[in-house]
Amino acid sequence: MLQMNDRGIRYIDEYRDKVLIRKLVGLIRDSAHSGYTFMEVCGGHTAAIHRFGIPSLLPPGIKLISGPGCPVCVTGQTIIDKAVAYSRKQGFIIATFGDLMRVPGSLSALEKEKAAGADVRVVFSGLEALEIAKANPGRNIIFPGIGFETTAPGTAVTVKKANDAGLRNFFLLCSHKVMPPAMDSIINDGVNLDGFICPGHVAAITGSSVFEFIPGKYGLGCVIAGFEPVDLLQSVYMLVKQVNERSQSVEIQYTRAVTKKGNLLAKQLMKEVFEPCDSYWRGFGIIPLSGLRLRKEFECFDAEKVFPVKTAREVENQSCLCGEILRGLKTPSDCPLFSGVCNPLNPVGACMVSEEGTCNTHYKYAQ
Amino acid sequence: MAEVSTGGAVFRACIGLIDVPEVGEYILLHAGFAIQRISEEEAAETLELLREIKDASNE
Repeated sequence: MLQMNDRGIRYIDEYRDKVLIRKLVGLIRDSAHSGYTFMEVCGGHTAAIHRFGIPSLLPPGIKLISGPGCPVCVTGQTIIDKAVAYSRKQGFIIATFGDLMRVPGSLSALEKEKAAGADVRVVFSGLEALEIAKANPGRNIIFPGIGFETTAPGTAVTVKKANDAGLRNFFLLCSHKVMPPAMDSIINDGVNLDGFICPGHVAAITGSSVFEFIPGKYGLGCVIAGFEPVDLLQSVYMLVKQVNERSQSVEIQYTRAVTKKGNLLAKQLMKEVFEPCDSYWRGFGIIPLSGLRLRKEFECFDAEKVFPVKTAREVENQSCLCGEILRGLKTPSDCPLFSGVCNPLNPVGACMVSEEGTCNTHYKYAQ
Repeated sequence: MAEVSTGGAVFRACIGLIDVPEVGEYILLHAGFAIQRISEEEAAETLELLREIKDASNE
């Protein structure tokens, strides 16, 4: 029954199966008796939901809104400004994930600095940045560490490897964040919500248990979802049932990758290398204990400690609604800049830059 | 490190964050790191349960 498809990939076509999708749409229509608002927290989910046209399959009473789960989008301009400042220093190489290249800082972006002659290189993983450090012993390599629990363990491995190899020219510009405090902040913001489609890849690391405070403290439903149409529709169905039956809890739809405890090894490594700290989120401001910083024993890899740079205060374009969009308070079409001044070729806000950004996704699929 | 294939493109990824997988196993890959092994049994079971719902309501 579960045969490999032509390209040799299993469990893709099966989770895009028309018959199952129709069935799920029917089940949702039959059980949705009133209005429901669910937030998908993960930027990957936002992209998948619109790419597969999920909103068009749902009854009008079910509204899906996007949350703060696009790592590039919630990263403050200060980090971009710092990366730009390092790129202008003699003897520095910036090794960055590609999606950070075009994010506008307050004055420039890494892409512009590269065009002006700075040594900015796109890497696929932190380990590639290490290789650059090894190959360029006379230069300092700055790796901006952006991302949630999904990415932070990889950075932890990278820092440990740098330490083991005795590398002294590799530095982390650390802006890793953790998801649960931001979800807590959204609920306290008063967004009208009936439940969360919880981030599947974050949960693959954290386990489902980190979300238990959401039904426990706030009585809201949570379903940890996969990224295919069947996953997303099944998750909506599970959330509708939770609301109807008043049985709000944390359920896992994405059982093929997520367990209650998560990836213990990855969590242990994160704990060894990082400690919690307060962190700035675009649109939210400072959220207590929502960030990760290097522990004291790894401080020699902390770019900001070793090479302090001054940057301008966080100033965002006043007309840009990225902040409100990230908090689920506004949608891209509410923004006066959306699809005119701000478009994927000329992004004003980070939400238009990233492939996972709500504005980018809406521009591509939802207009 | 291990050789991984995504959609036919083969490259090297770090498998230091998971129990050593067997050749041919499916993994969840993120930014060059395998962050979880994919359970084929669970993948099949999710689909099976959904198909059962379908059958039940069609009767």
